[in-house]
Parts: sequence; C-alpha cells; structure tokens
Amino acid sequence: MDIRVQEAAFDMGAEANAFAAKQAGMGAIVTFTGIVRDLPDATLRHMVIEHYPGMTEKALTGIAEQAHARWSLGGSLIIHRYGRLAPDDVIMMVATASRHRKDAFEAAMFLMDYLKSRAPFWKREETADGAEWVAPRGEDEAALEIWSSGT
Amino acid sequence: MDVLYFAWVRERIGMPRETVETGAETVLDLVDELRRREGRYDAAFADISALRVAVDQELTDFNASLIGAREVAFFPPMTGG
Repeated sequence: MDIRVQEAAFDMGAEANAFAAKQAGMGAIVTFTGIVRDLPDATLRHMVIEHYPGMTEKALTGIAEQAHARWSLGGSLIIHRYGRLAPDDVIMMVATASRHRKDAFEAAMFLMDYLKSRAPFWKREETADGAEWVAPRGEDEAALEIWSSGT
Repeated sequence: MDVLYFAWVRERIGMPRETVETGAETVLDLVDELRRREGRYDAAFADISALRVAVDQELTDFNASLIGAREVAFFPPMTGG
C-alpha cells in the first residue's frame, strides 16, 4: 500500500512503471487516472481541490486496507493531488496488482468508488462567471451500494 | 475542542478552524450551540442533511458522542477522485 497526498504534479507513466517494477509474480496491473476536464457550459479556468490534512491520509489508508482485505492484491497505489489545477492536469491515480485480472480490476473500481465519496476532498471550479463548489452526483453515492451488498 | 470547517462551510463561517469551549455531549448539541452564537453559524448549519461530520478524523453522524473528542470537522459531501 502506497498512499500519497500531494500538491505537486506527477508523471502517471513513470508512477505506473515504478509500481509495476515492485510487483513480484503479479500477472495483472490495473491503473486509473483522473484528469481535470472542461465544463459543458463554460470554460474552466482552474479547479481548486481542498482537503483535510491528516484525515485524508487516514481515510485513503482505510479504503486501501478494505480493498486488500477483500481482494487478493500484491500491491496498491493511490496518489491524489490538492491545490490549484488546470484543465487536462492529472488529479489522481490508483493502481492495483494481482495474480489474475479480476482482483485488480474490481479493487481499482472499489478504490475509486470509495475515495470519490469517502475521502475528504472538495473540488471548486473557477470560471469567468465565478467559482462554485462541485456538488456530489447521486450516482457516486449509489455506486457504493454495489460494494456493500456484495459482489 | 478544535472545530474545523471545510469548503463552503469554511467560507460561510469565515474561518478554517477555531477552539470552542463546550460541554456538548453530541455533535447535534454542538451544532445547536454554534447556531445560537451568530447568524453565519445558523446559516451554515441550517440544513444538516447537506453536511457531513468527522469526529477525531473519522466520518460519523450527527448523533455521535463528543465525550473525549478532541477534534470535530464539518464539511459538505466529499468530491474526490
């Protein structure tokens, strides 16, 4: 388990390669990368991500521990940025490694579903018209029910 | 007890954290105390269904006990990822 919360940009390719190099006997590596996207009705100038130092690391560690308890994983990585980001910037990534692909795929989805709604990050979008806090989507909360009802 | 505010809760209350002398036994008691202080608190806590709370950095609910708690944080639903 490698959990990093940082302001600095990172190279997702280099991180994926470094993660893969540390795995022994793992036949499957899944990565997901989140990117700042432009808005449908306005031009996004910046996205600012606020977080709760201390709790963020604990929450992400707890979510990764749940994934390791539930699936057979050789390793997992979560990197999440905070601060000011521009469109097309990389916000975050997760990577999971397992002997066979199903564990790595499912665990990566689980990590994403949980960290979207249970890790203390808040996004604010700044456009020419001002700034607005991003509202959570109902489907993000609904996604968690899949995991609590069992797979 | 340290009380922390994040995102629009921080903006509405006008500060990121403060130390509160309180005998509140539950999160709801603390919210009631804060709401009685000033209009900006009353506005921020008007609809607690729109808020989430963490006690000592663990997500919990508004009925949670504050006995022995050191840190309480109020914030909107999280939007990570």
